[in-house]
Amino acid sequence: MSKLTTMHDAIARYVHDGDTIAIEGFTACIGFAAAHEIIRQGRRDLVLCRMTPDLVYDQMIAAGCARKLIFSYLGNPGVGPLHAVRRAVEKSIPAPLELEEYSHFGMVARYIAGAYHLPFFPLRSYLGSDLPKVNPRIQFIESPYGDGPVAVVPPLNPDVAIIHAQRADANGNTQLWGLLGAQKEAAFAAQHVIVVVEEVVDEEVIRSDPNRTLIPGLIVDAVVHEPYGAHPSYVQGYYDRDNDFYLRWDEISRDEAATRAWLEEWVYGVGDRAEYVEKMGRETWERLRPAQAWSRPVNYG
Amino acid sequence: MSDYSPSEMMIVAAARALAGVRTVFVGVGLPNIACNLAQRTVAPDLELVYESGVYGARPRRLPLSIGDPALITGALSVCSMADLFGLYLQGGRLEVAFLGGAQIDRYGNLNTTVIGDYARPKVRLPGSGGACEIAIHARQVFIIMRLSRRSFVERLDFLTSPGHLGGAGERERLGMPGRGPQVVVTDKCVFRFDPASGEMGVVSLHPGVRLEDVRAEMGWAPRVSPDLAETEPPTQEELRLLREELDPMGVYRS
Repeated sequence: MSKLTTMHDAIARYVHDGDTIAIEGFTACIGFAAAHEIIRQGRRDLVLCRMTPDLVYDQMIAAGCARKLIFSYLGNPGVGPLHAVRRAVEKSIPAPLELEEYSHFGMVARYIAGAYHLPFFPLRSYLGSDLPKVNPRIQFIESPYGDGPVAVVPPLNPDVAIIHAQRADANGNTQLWGLLGAQKEAAFAAQHVIVVVEEVVDEEVIRSDPNRTLIPGLIVDAVVHEPYGAHPSYVQGYYDRDNDFYLRWDEISRDEAATRAWLEEWVYGVGDRAEYVEKMGRETWERLRPAQAWSRPVNYG
Repeated sequence: MSDYSPSEMMIVAAARALAGVRTVFVGVGLPNIACNLAQRTVAPDLELVYESGVYGARPRRLPLSIGDPALITGALSVCSMADLFGLYLQGGRLEVAFLGGAQIDRYGNLNTTVIGDYARPKVRLPGSGGACEIAIHARQVFIIMRLSRRSFVERLDFLTSPGHLGGAGERERLGMPGRGPQVVVTDKCVFRFDPASGEMGVVSLHPGVRLEDVRAEMGWAPRVSPDLAETEPPTQEELRLLREELDPMGVYRS
């Protein structure tokens, strides 16, 4: 059964006001196209989950989509702070924003607990740290086997996980390579999964390399074909990270009016991702074209 | 005068601290270039591990973030973050991890969360990332930070990642597997931690730096090793590798 749909229809159907959303992808494969569609459709009061909120949530928060952020590293990677998040936290512009913070392993553990249907997941972290003092959801329990206290975190079960990947078939069997982040755990933990891909391929292509399938169609609700849908982040083998934009966002996002103007031009001002890609222009995509580094095929026979 | 910058001295001193090490958890920026230099000099078998899930990276250019695509091309393994934190880190496979922060205290505890009060911060910093668990599990923690009164403080505003906590022995009492911070490399001097107290003390001054220059940049009066030495200046080969191969743009020179 084909689950192919447009970004507009996938977001309209699965993302509602007040939902808990996880757009995962660590530095790579960040679902900007989906985020921009959520902004265009004017969603409000979302609880946004991501290990590294990155520019994608900075933009959604600047647009007033969120009421809460669950995260483990709040920054523009390699550049500096996230100015829109700071404005929301410090000055309630454009709306107040609640923070709930973990370490990276704690966030991964929350997704694992959610995906495994466990009441909590144990990890050896947070000892001696002030983090449990400011986040009461981080607890310690005595090991029932007598080897001391162990930290636990509760499950995180997003209403929707949005995963960007290189390719999927029409049923949502999704192959992803390069950085894997916490996408598999987030997807299995979620009620609904939207997969956004650079290429839609025949099921035969997926079946030719089953070890590369990160997310099975079994848990996928919608498949959206959206080339360059992760820009300005990158997709291994398809396009490089637009580091120039990450630097430029630092300038733009410092100023509230400039941020609004950017959203006006690049999000509200375009109908969909295809228009954004067109507007970015060919030279951007030429600049971001990666080198070739093919893997050797393996014999599955 | 010297023909190298304080930053170059800092990078070289950090690289030398990795002599013989096989696995290192790398951060971006200074740790990254120090680890790459170590791989070409004192630690040829060094494998670079990044919290993004990369083991055994061989980046062709200096990565701009820990998720840079250049870290993936040609790596030995790229795994999920669950595997990286669960199997590699918590599984006890990582010898050395580099960390830094906005604030450090005498016991090597680090703050990367807030300056000021948590609820109403003066500056909201990025938070833990993986640093909290890295500080607990890596067998040894090496720290690279520029020396300044703002960073080397008597009291942290927030303890994100544990060093030796309140002093020697506290990590062991809490059952932490890693030995905690061993060395702090700065642009003026190198500190090592005194096993009896768990406190950092100056062990070597970079050429041309006086003890009072170090004291002036610290929020407490540091211990000084009785064997206080001068840091061996960078060799021509170390400088050549840095300038010609690792950082031809001079990003980390100043």
